[in-house]
Amino acid sequence: MIGIVAYGAYLPRLRLSRQAVFEANAWYAPQFAGKARGHRAMANWDEDSVTLAVAAARDCLGPDDDRSRVRALTLASSSLPFAERLNAGIVAEALTLDERIQAQDVTGSQRIALSAIGQALAAVRGGQGESLVLAADCRDTSAASGSELDYGDGAAAVLLGETGVLAEFLGAAHRTVDFVDRFRLAGETVDYHWEERWIRDEGISKLMPVLIGEALADADLDASAVNHFIFPGIFPKMDAQLAARCGIAAGAVVDNLNSQVGDTGVAHGLLLLASVLERAQPGQVILLAQFGNGGEALVFRVTEAINRFRPRVGVSGWLARGQEETRYTRFLSFKGQLRLERGMRGEQDKKTALTTLYRHRRAILGLVAGRCRETGQVHFPPSRVNYTPGQPLQDTQQPWKLAERQGRVLSWSAEYLSWHMSPPNQYGQVDFDGGGRILLEFTDVERGDVSTGCEVEMVFRIKDVDEKRGFNRYFWKATPVRRGNTHADQAE
Amino acid sequence: MATGIRDKVAILGMGCSRFGERWEASPEDLMVEAYNEAMADAGIGPEQLDAAWFSTHMDDVGVGRGGTPMGIALRLPNIGVTRVENFCAGGSEAIRGAVYAVASGACDIAIALGVEKLKDTGYGGLPMATVGTYIPQWYPNAVAPANFAQLAAAYQRKHGVDPGLLKRAMAHVSVKSHANGALNPKAHLRKPITEEQVLRAPVIAEPLGLFDCCGVSDGAAAVIVTTPDIARGMGKRDLVTFKALQVSVSSGWEMHSNEWDGSYVHTARVAVRKAYQEAGIRDPRKQISMLEVHDCFSITELVTMEDLFISEEGGAVRDVLDGVFDADGAIPCQIDGGLKCFGHPIGASGIRMLYEMYLQLQGRAGERQLPGPVFGLTHNLGGQPSQNVCSVSIVGREGA
Repeated sequence: MIGIVAYGAYLPRLRLSRQAVFEANAWYAPQFAGKARGHRAMANWDEDSVTLAVAAARDCLGPDDDRSRVRALTLASSSLPFAERLNAGIVAEALTLDERIQAQDVTGSQRIALSAIGQALAAVRGGQGESLVLAADCRDTSAASGSELDYGDGAAAVLLGETGVLAEFLGAAHRTVDFVDRFRLAGETVDYHWEERWIRDEGISKLMPVLIGEALADADLDASAVNHFIFPGIFPKMDAQLAARCGIAAGAVVDNLNSQVGDTGVAHGLLLLASVLERAQPGQVILLAQFGNGGEALVFRVTEAINRFRPRVGVSGWLARGQEETRYTRFLSFKGQLRLERGMRGEQDKKTALTTLYRHRRAILGLVAGRCRETGQVHFPPSRVNYTPGQPLQDTQQPWKLAERQGRVLSWSAEYLSWHMSPPNQYGQVDFDGGGRILLEFTDVERGDVSTGCEVEMVFRIKDVDEKRGFNRYFWKATPVRRGNTHADQAE
Repeated sequence: MATGIRDKVAILGMGCSRFGERWEASPEDLMVEAYNEAMADAGIGPEQLDAAWFSTHMDDVGVGRGGTPMGIALRLPNIGVTRVENFCAGGSEAIRGAVYAVASGACDIAIALGVEKLKDTGYGGLPMATVGTYIPQWYPNAVAPANFAQLAAAYQRKHGVDPGLLKRAMAHVSVKSHANGALNPKAHLRKPITEEQVLRAPVIAEPLGLFDCCGVSDGAAAVIVTTPDIARGMGKRDLVTFKALQVSVSSGWEMHSNEWDGSYVHTARVAVRKAYQEAGIRDPRKQISMLEVHDCFSITELVTMEDLFISEEGGAVRDVLDGVFDADGAIPCQIDGGLKCFGHPIGASGIRMLYEMYLQLQGRAGERQLPGPVFGLTHNLGGQPSQNVCSVSIVGREGA
């Protein structure tokens, strides 16, 4: 049996109020009154598709330091930060995956994550071991556009393998057709759309029923067997209409999270899959389809093992952790569409020495410290000589991963002097459980969220942006442990 | 067994520029101002200088690197000029170089000069510093106020101090320094302030407000040193001699281990223990007449009173509020206004502190003159509480 052996997701903490967006732009774009409901997930300034993907992968893989089971990694996105530099390579370093894995970026179409799943399943079948598929999107949109309200930022992760299968792969169908509902030339930031009615009538309604029929035939199932039908998209009721056309029960249509999250693009199919797997029962059939320059459809059957796995936080947990954001200019600034005055302190050069980054990549990207095998003391960054007073042992440190360990704030401050994308700039000394201390930036915090003694966990984020040369510097930051809203608490 | 520096080297002359926003003065002008006063005070000519130590911290503002800026600005007669950079302790480090040169017998007369031109950046606060290629990739883009503000967070937690009380004690530190600075014609900030003004000032880095932060100033200071015998031979009387010069540098233990609690400065305690021993000080609270400490932030001064073993552990808040360190208190601190009001041209600050000790010990401090001081202690802290260079120097009357 092959199929899904683990899954996870990630939604940024901020949830932008669509009403706030509409009101800010109503003088210019009153036509969006109908969309002014609910929230869309909004990445913090230090999040992009790479960091979203890392967060979803950690939700899927859990806190275990040993991730050697993962033998291949695919990152699917239409908003990869780097056009050249393997984005999946950054993710692999952050997850401290084995260097001997295959890793690739895939992009170009909204359905590309499902294509990646198909390929990963083939690789699993071919005996290559477990394959991690990540999908993330953090897309740019024009101010006062429909996309700005429709889209959301998010990521999902699916681990495919043969052992402990939670949802067995039953069948699939693929189509590649140059149906251009949207496009974006290389170097452009915002996609361009054709008319909705044409996409609905000539594209989705003609192409997807055939494809879904083929996938069900491949799985040797009738449409009535489908318990969960996932079809992401921004067109209202398109999923229900498609289900009806295919003979899938109306009750099987999975809520597309439009009111709470928005459409997370390439990630949305896997995000909805992750939400379904959290509540699916053994024996149920899931049909996952996504449209884009053709389309993909995948069929899975949930197994008895489903109740033995929980993502660390899960879609429901991330939904519950949301923090409403009503400041539209903050959204525009975080998305790079509104350049706020920075003052001279914002002029500091952020050039990254790539030689240095490579030498220290495990510490910087993987947050791997050095633990002395004799004293047990943890050093970050790792060093040849130990800090132990009177006992400067040399070359005794061994790799010690800190990313999955919690810590406590020893001291902190919030300052308004330096330029920061989201002032005040908050940082402080964090003592890790099991040893180790780092002066860390805090993220996803408002003023007053940090205090001495407060428990924090680590998140992988953009540290600095080198706008002059076009480079993102990544590192780990601390964020308060938000235990009250985790998945486990939501489950009851 | 090392015998230490006590009474081996004397101050021959000192000079200090006016500190402040010296828009009209180049760093070279500031150097000349301090140098002229020091040379006149010493009563010597340039040909009598055997060697120079030159302290300046910033590279991309000010004068740049190397010894040449000092050699050229003062047209020194091709003597060795050693540039010293050790964060905010650079000035004290330059003094150490010159004093050790004289003590070794390698030089008869040496000069240490520090200068910093901070007001050519176009913005307030300290210029942004570069820290190599590795640190920026993981370390927060931290600024000094937030680094030192963390002392307050940790101190408050450790000693269970009410935040309002700590804030008041910090305010008292600044009010006192402003009162002192108002009497100093060379000080940058010369306006007395009230506790209420301090408490209502805008926050810079929680819990530090504007008046909890020291001035960022242009300035230069210089000291000329020689042996007591040579000084006497030149007709000098009431010699001020060095009793102790200690520097302690972090090993990374504070920043990287989990043992340091963040509420004090470890190196200060290391340096001052050695300094008291070198100077023969057994009861600092009784023996030290006056202090010039590194009050870059009000909380730093408060915590330093414990680090120097002047206040008991956890007792600095009470001592500060009781006025122990006020101009009329038991151990006046920052009698010249301190970094807070005299100002803080980084490379010059250690020498500026010594300048006040020298004037006080020679009875030349004018309106600020304290009655009969015997020992003065200066303290510099460069870097941040968790990782720093700390210097402690003690000077006093010869033979004391």
